[in-house]
Amino acid sequence: MIGLEHYLTVAATLFVIGIFGLFLNRKNVIVLLMSIELMLLAVNINLVAFSSFLGDLVGQVFTLFVLTVAAAEAAIGLAILVCFFRNRGTIDVEDVNVMKG
Amino acid sequence: MIQADLYIILPEIVLALYAMAALLGAVYTTKDGMGPVLVWTTAALMAVLAIWIATQDSGTRVAFGGMFVDDAFARFAKVAILLSAGAVLLMSQDYMARRGLLRFEYPLLVALAAVGMMMMVSAGDLMSLYMGLELQSLALYVVASLRRDSAKSTEAGLKYFVLGALSSGLLLYGASLVYGYTGTTLFSGILVSAHHGEVSLGLLFGLIFLISGLAFKVSAVPFHMWTPDVYEGSPTPITAFFATAPKVAAMGLFARLMFDAFGNAVSDWQQVLVVLSVLSMFLGAVAAIGQRNIKRLMAFSSIAHMGYALIGLAAGTQAGVQAMLIYLAIYVTMNVGTFAFILMMERDGQPVVDIDALRQYSRRDPGKALAVLILMFSLAGVPPMLGFFAKLGVWQAGIDAGLMGLVVASAIASVIGAFYYLRIVFYMYFGAENEEPIETRSSPVLWAALMGSAAMMLVGLFYQFGVEGAAAAAAATLVN
Repeated sequence: MIGLEHYLTVAATLFVIGIFGLFLNRKNVIVLLMSIELMLLAVNINLVAFSSFLGDLVGQVFTLFVLTVAAAEAAIGLAILVCFFRNRGTIDVEDVNVMKG
Repeated sequence: MIQADLYIILPEIVLALYAMAALLGAVYTTKDGMGPVLVWTTAALMAVLAIWIATQDSGTRVAFGGMFVDDAFARFAKVAILLSAGAVLLMSQDYMARRGLLRFEYPLLVALAAVGMMMMVSAGDLMSLYMGLELQSLALYVVASLRRDSAKSTEAGLKYFVLGALSSGLLLYGASLVYGYTGTTLFSGILVSAHHGEVSLGLLFGLIFLISGLAFKVSAVPFHMWTPDVYEGSPTPITAFFATAPKVAAMGLFARLMFDAFGNAVSDWQQVLVVLSVLSMFLGAVAAIGQRNIKRLMAFSSIAHMGYALIGLAAGTQAGVQAMLIYLAIYVTMNVGTFAFILMMERDGQPVVDIDALRQYSRRDPGKALAVLILMFSLAGVPPMLGFFAKLGVWQAGIDAGLMGLVVASAIASVIGAFYYLRIVFYMYFGAENEEPIETRSSPVLWAALMGSAAMMLVGLFYQFGVEGAAAAAAATLVN
């Protein structure tokens, strides 16, 4: 029997993978966008699991909002990335370093 | 029923519809030729909405089943947000126009960000909190990289986007846990759940994630790393915008969430906020000492100031919230003036951000130098200026709430921090002569902003502009 805790474990695992992807990734910025998406989807799993467990629709409504905003966020992220690529000719994370910090 | 709800959020609807209509209008007409007109109309609309919101005195009204709350606290924050956003828009017009950055999207994105901020401070539900926060953030990511052909500006946008998205993710994860362990996303529902017995472990985890997400938005240490780079890389008028309205909105949202949703669990979040506050004040004070770039310096200054404002929130009392609101109002006024001066700094038409360029500035323009002196003293918290009384207010609230250690630490941090503000004054009046002096080209708007803000730092002591009464009423509605 798959219970609430299984869903929460999967969601927590995905979320942690997303955070590690953001911080340990030395490759390129597209991977950062994927990590962000992974975090948001982990949250969605959480919300739907809770929603189903509590028998309450609010969690699923929340999920729809999160999905919509995630799409808008990805669009803006890619647009900024395109501008960045035009200026620098690279999207390696190590090259995001004009300013120190 | 729906009419009553819509009437309550009418200011937000007006601003959002204006932004969308103006966007369509500009796209189908002269595009960037509309830039200057849109800056003025947007700023005028913001001022009108601020007056409208300030004069409607109708107690606490709730719309959409508790998702949207319009009370004295929200109104106070909205007036501060709209006025500072409008002021920064007007200040930026000259600078942006001369550098070919005055695109028609700029005032409209600022207007949409302002709608998001107004949603944030009025949020009564985790969903409206998230939607407001994202509306604000998405607009801000774009304006940070407004100078599309500059590596610095796009890098600032990229860094802001990645770290902002991370913070939204943390906040959402917290929201999902809070929803799971209380069964509701309404703040009033969460308040009741946290009231019965102890706060469950899951809810506590959710609370910590929510606080981390919000700490990113107010740039409190250890979630501050985006601030200096974003402030440095963005065009200066946009840095001025980042340093004012979004800070008020984020602190307002922070206070709203802590008191409306977790007001029965003050002891659970108080310690976290104390730690955030102490770290922010010390890092802001120490890290700014090595900065030669005035925009980076102001970034660390804003980190430190958010630390002081957090003292008021950490106190967890009505007096604390009142002190925090007054602090924010004074902080925004000081920053508008300081950035008006930074916008003026240039050499041969190119903007200058190096503080060494200010050496012996007082000889060339004593009037402006005096205004900057007053603003720097006020930012540092030197007694006769208003900035000192802002700090005194949060310290008083902190002592009354029994946070003696925090107040002592913040006094020490404020003394360390005074060094870099006073160094700017020292350079202006006693610095060695610089072979490349700066010119300060001032448009009437910038001059008025600089002098007005400096004058307010002195006159504010005698005449409160109604801020104190409004802040007291705002704090009373939030904390009860």
